[in-house]
Amino acid sequence: MRTLTRASDSSDAPVAAVAQPRSPWREVVRRLRRSTGAVIGGIVLTALVLAAVAAPLLTPYEPLVVSPADRLLPPSLGHLFGTDVLGRDVATRILFGARISLLTGLISVTIAILIGVPLGLVSGFYGGLADRLLMRLVDLMLTFPGILLALVIIAILGPDLFNAMLAVGISASPTYGRVVRATVLSAKSQTYVEAARATGCTNARIMLRHILPNTVAPIIVLGTLGVAGAIIAAAALSYLGLGARPPEPEWGALLSEGRNYLRVAWWMTTFPGLAIMTAVLSINLLGDGLRDALDPRLRN
Amino acid sequence: MLQYLAKRLLLTLPTLLAVSLLVFLMLHLVPGDPAIIFFGDQPVTPERLEQVRRQMGLHRPLLVQYLDFLGGAMRGDLGRSIHNNTPVLEEVTSRIGSSAQLALAAFVVAGGLGLSLGLVSALRRSTWVDAAAMLMALGGVSMPIFWLAAMLIFVFSIKLGWFPVTGFGGWNRLVLPAFALGFVSSATLARLVRSSVLEVLWQPYVTTARSKGLRETLVVRRHVLKNALIAVVTVMGLQLGTLLSGAVITETVFARPGVGKLMVDAISAKDFPLVQGAVLFVALVYIVVNLLVDLSYAYLDPRIRFE
Repeated sequence: MRTLTRASDSSDAPVAAVAQPRSPWREVVRRLRRSTGAVIGGIVLTALVLAAVAAPLLTPYEPLVVSPADRLLPPSLGHLFGTDVLGRDVATRILFGARISLLTGLISVTIAILIGVPLGLVSGFYGGLADRLLMRLVDLMLTFPGILLALVIIAILGPDLFNAMLAVGISASPTYGRVVRATVLSAKSQTYVEAARATGCTNARIMLRHILPNTVAPIIVLGTLGVAGAIIAAAALSYLGLGARPPEPEWGALLSEGRNYLRVAWWMTTFPGLAIMTAVLSINLLGDGLRDALDPRLRN
Repeated sequence: MLQYLAKRLLLTLPTLLAVSLLVFLMLHLVPGDPAIIFFGDQPVTPERLEQVRRQMGLHRPLLVQYLDFLGGAMRGDLGRSIHNNTPVLEEVTSRIGSSAQLALAAFVVAGGLGLSLGLVSALRRSTWVDAAAMLMALGGVSMPIFWLAAMLIFVFSIKLGWFPVTGFGGWNRLVLPAFALGFVSSATLARLVRSSVLEVLWQPYVTTARSKGLRETLVVRRHVLKNALIAVVTVMGLQLGTLLSGAVITETVFARPGVGKLMVDAISAKDFPLVQGAVLFVALVYIVVNLLVDLSYAYLDPRIRFE
């Protein structure tokens, strides 16, 4: 739907950059603001983050305080999304849950980056046996599809929210390793790296100062889209009872609580799910926009 | 082709070994004594613990234990479930039928939906049809499968009463899970079909077909779709990963007695032999199907064979 405008975007962008030089990041922001999807995604996401931060100010209820008199009330003006089986306000729990779920996505991706980037950097830069061994390990990890590797890790570490983040992070790390390695390989043969070597730079300096910056753009794109994936994955683990545990209002755990009351309280399931979708969709939109703005070649 | 087949088969062996090693090590990576883990939360005397240690062969070198595990796995002996004392292989095989049924049905849904959504949006590019189809695909990517499943149950089982809520057996218990799983997988496929059709649409042979006066439907069917499908086949292999892990969740939501539900239940119950068996099985299926996808790709596109 947006391909036409974007195609022309990427073709005339370098020309524009030559005509009036500006910083590359300002250029990215300019391109990002042209993409409707990215703007909508960014606005919704900002609103969500603000709501999560300001949660106590936005609601008169407490996320964990039980109120038996108000159990299973349908949505109304007093309780916008109804109440759960213990009389807690569902909207309040979703708001406080946003803190957990958004952070979970962020922490998982940070773990994935902390593992994947150094490994990909070393693997691509030094090559040889280390490279071959690491890439075999990556292949092996990718043999366990999707959430399966996370399940294996949870099985080893035991079910718990932090372990879920760790599991999601570790199982996402091979992708980062691969992308960084590929970027390093192509950057390694550039003349500026040769020049750096000729002036006597150490390997560490070349890696960190001259090659690492090349990986920033793909990592931002992958990382953004990765947060969306990690939120869903962590919610899935919690839903299966292998992540956050009740009464923690993590979104997946909320859905899991609602599961047994689907017949009598549809709101307990519907709204947490919509919250997940809103967050993930807005992050995906932003990520897609970032991808097109940072590197049109990454599309598809 | 035969040479390619042999090469690919040979390349699968190290992967299989590595997977089996990882699955074997699982029990030893768990913090704590495997023998104590074996008993779970039950109280146990030190004598009984020592006896189990001997039975499990925990006193022998790790390598010997691994070779033993491997030998057992080859003979189909994956140990016994801690909780029911039934052979793991039996537990897993008894659930393959249910999982296979779900995977196949979901695959059909995903393929049908993904192909038609992608094709329609490519042919009606930059119209509202395209926008709607791609928005649907984006929604599919962003939707947690367990939520979609719950919503389907609420609308079609609870409100309308068309389908039973949970369980296994009969086509009417298959419709909702297959749709939930298939829809989520179809989203990625639709995006891919769209971009590969768009790519093919501008190829010279399509222009040739058009300029010789072929009707548009025939151009699409014979020249565009056929060539776009090649790219799609490879992604089907990757999609299978989504499908398999989605199946784990779908089976749990719909309480279908499949391998995925077995795995989740076993993890919750800390029944490690069962976890190992289920993980080994799913990884095996993934490897084999990816092999088949590679082979069919080589068959469809002769260039691959000569790389």
